[in-house]
Amino acid sequence: MHLLKDNSTAVGLGSPAAAERARTQEFSADLAPSMDHLDQLEAQSIYIFREAFGRLKKIALLWSLGKDSNVMIWLARKAFFGRLPFPALHVDTGKKFPEMYRFRDHYGKEWDLDLRVEPCPPIDAVDPTLPPAARSAARKTEGLKMALAKYGFDGLIAGIRRDEEATRAKERVFSPRGLEGNWDVRDQPPEFWDHFNASPPQGAHLRIHPILHWTESDIWAYTKRENIPIIPLYLSQNGKRYRSLGDQDITNPVASNASTIDEILIELEQTKVPERSGRALDHETEDAFERLRVAGYL
Amino acid sequence: MNMIVTPASPATPNGTTRPQVRIVIVGHVDHGKSTLVGRLLHETGSLPDGKLDMLKAVSARRGMPFEWSFLLDALQTERDQGITIDTTQIRFRTNSRDIVLIDAPGHAEFLRNMITGASQADGAVLIIDALEGVRDQTRRHGYLLHLLGVKQVAVVVNKMDRVDFAAERFKEISDEISAHLQGLGVKPTAVIPISARDGDGVAERTDRIGWYKGPTVVEALDRLEPARPLEALALRLPVQAIYKFDDRRIVAGRIESGSLIAGDEIVIMPAGKIARIKTVESWPVTPVAGRQGAGRSVGITLDRELFLERGDIIAHTNSAPRETRRLRARIFWLHDKPLAKGDQLLVRCGPKESRATVVAIEKAVDPGELSSVENKAIGRNHVGEIDISLSNPIATDPYTENPRTGRLVIEVSGRIAGGGLVLSVDAGQRALPVDIVPVESALRLDERSARYRHNGAVVWLTGLPASGKSTLAKALERRLFSNGGSPILLDGDTLRAGLNSDLGFSAADRSENIRRLAEVATHLARNGHIAIVAAVSPAREDRATARRIADTSFREIHVATPAGICEERDPKGHYKKARAGALASFTGIGNDYERPEAAELVIDTSTRTVAEAADEIEQMLKTTGVLFDEVVDLAANI
Repeated sequence: MHLLKDNSTAVGLGSPAAAERARTQEFSADLAPSMDHLDQLEAQSIYIFREAFGRLKKIALLWSLGKDSNVMIWLARKAFFGRLPFPALHVDTGKKFPEMYRFRDHYGKEWDLDLRVEPCPPIDAVDPTLPPAARSAARKTEGLKMALAKYGFDGLIAGIRRDEEATRAKERVFSPRGLEGNWDVRDQPPEFWDHFNASPPQGAHLRIHPILHWTESDIWAYTKRENIPIIPLYLSQNGKRYRSLGDQDITNPVASNASTIDEILIELEQTKVPERSGRALDHETEDAFERLRVAGYL
Repeated sequence: MNMIVTPASPATPNGTTRPQVRIVIVGHVDHGKSTLVGRLLHETGSLPDGKLDMLKAVSARRGMPFEWSFLLDALQTERDQGITIDTTQIRFRTNSRDIVLIDAPGHAEFLRNMITGASQADGAVLIIDALEGVRDQTRRHGYLLHLLGVKQVAVVVNKMDRVDFAAERFKEISDEISAHLQGLGVKPTAVIPISARDGDGVAERTDRIGWYKGPTVVEALDRLEPARPLEALALRLPVQAIYKFDDRRIVAGRIESGSLIAGDEIVIMPAGKIARIKTVESWPVTPVAGRQGAGRSVGITLDRELFLERGDIIAHTNSAPRETRRLRARIFWLHDKPLAKGDQLLVRCGPKESRATVVAIEKAVDPGELSSVENKAIGRNHVGEIDISLSNPIATDPYTENPRTGRLVIEVSGRIAGGGLVLSVDAGQRALPVDIVPVESALRLDERSARYRHNGAVVWLTGLPASGKSTLAKALERRLFSNGGSPILLDGDTLRAGLNSDLGFSAADRSENIRRLAEVATHLARNGHIAIVAAVSPAREDRATARRIADTSFREIHVATPAGICEERDPKGHYKKARAGALASFTGIGNDYERPEAAELVIDTSTRTVAEAADEIEQMLKTTGVLFDEVVDLAANI
């Protein structure tokens, strides 16, 4: 595990874990090493990334700076042999934690990302009938729409997972969005055998979800195995840590003593508290999250 | 779903692994799928703290009795309609398995969602209401499980409380469904009497079903085997992409079956070209030694430069897939409009796509009906067997030989409309891969380019009829020739008189026309000539095919003369005839010309002279590395 601390120096790309696996593979020339659960997840995600890159014209990866999107960048670099061959888009609410901005600036450079930071409109521009936290999150949706209009992307890669929230469980890997960025949950095309619907109508776009099939535990186990950097806010300080990172004013830490990834994995074995429990917007009304998603939220 | 946070990852910190199996629960609407899921979550201790109490409170607030299915009705829309509308994934544990449960809906409207869910499953639970018995959707789902390749099916007969736990009723249903499934080649792993509402048979053999000696639902799930990668089968590596990010030319794809290692001799199908794997590339450590097995997404480099494209299949030379333009498939159909003989489709077989025509339809039935009435077309949610002819050859295997490469999906208007299994392939001209050894030219490329002072290229002029393509092509040909180059004009109309005289103007024939032009042009370019192609080539997809074939030597020029001016010119009188209705399939007066989006050059001949336009083309060919800069030579002469 390595963390971005203040004034930290750049860390080399070759992770010891990967080097170790490469070495062990040399021993068995006649038998392919069997794939464990993380290998399977990784191979599937790489397949999805390559499909997205090959079948769409202009894509970008939504980099929220959190643990999931960092794993995504890592997987994309595996898929494309070390580089991210499309922009990393950070739709910036301007209200993230300072640690997150430091992380972005540091790794944006170190990973040689084509980083595009796009602002969100002021809160007054957002649907006033939404509850406060949802309204705040809806700003991000508006920011996203503005970025879409600016660059004309036909595909956006997003790091959502089926296990994190009920409405996300209904997603497809290639998920069409309407002209307004909206999601029609009732009329989703079939998707099977890794054949994806990759033809958005003119002017509309697709969301692509390469880690839809991962769980929170998978993310942490993989982060540890691959030695992917994380923001230290995920680890316990003074009995609290963040399980999920969003805007400062609508994200709360959970009680936890997990100060290493191993401890997080053990904690996840035992907890029955949902991952997004610290996200205020999920709990305001029964359908606030779904309304946001139908309108184009991640 | 978010409510279940019991982690299912086998990658626990102490390194233990538990097999993970993905299951789907299917069956007729209202036979109790959601209730069974709710009950299973409860019985396996998978519910988050307080969730059950919260839902009971919500039910009370709404003045309805609590039901287990509420657990799944997390969406407002679901509660409104009273049915589960989509696939959700839920995780829980049995003694020795991590189960990922894909809840599939029963409503006929959402068969596409059932298929989306079941296609990801290792095993299935088919649920039947003891009172209602086997219904149409029960049969349909059974059939689809078979088509989707789900072989482990446990049947549960639910609502046994409604038939007083009668063993006779259970046996009746058990016999009927077992016969149906066995007719499809599926043997149920268990048939279990349960009451999902009360809990009998779910995790416990209660007294009320004391006559039943088989496994409970939880025990049956515990015996499911996770899908195994198909490593024992022949190597199949469908090419997903070719990457040239740096000096490596990496062929990327996922190994669907078999395994490979650097040094293997491989054949690229359908072309039949042979090469050796030089390295297996990876990141952060590269290259990787050792064997790579089925399921891995890999990147390889080859020991020679061959033309490859997305959709080709890499196999070992002694066990290559068959190349075909004709195949037979058993398919399920999801589109509103029934599939009929003569329909034009897009078929995808792994990353390979090809336009296709339905040649014949047989055995079109509704798998929900008991006595199947055969139809001429395959209706929505029905199945059938079809013969299809493909406009591009593809490499594939019958499903019985390779379940991964022996399946296909069908797209209509860019949306997946059906899918199915390859039953047989008509091997056509080439039953087995032939080791084609191309005869290399005696001349080296640099010898030619030194003489011609240019590299080989395909200059592709596309645009409306009478936009000025042929005029420009001839001017360019003359100019390149005067400068000592070797241009060759390939005019679409001229080639239709000979090489392409067997082709008409249907979409499939036009594609083939373009493909042949591109192949001939590319051959010339590879031998150092500049092939100038003048062809309307209205379809973007066809031009993309041409670009794929010609690869880096392709230079597209859009002759973008306004349509009105083209029609005014009309040197061949085509517009006039078309307006009079005497020329079908004429590109120009309809909207069927798809403009290039990223042509190397756009020229409007109505605003410049022929010489000016030729200047622009020449300049483009210089800046893109086709023509060598004359200045260097001039300077040498001074």
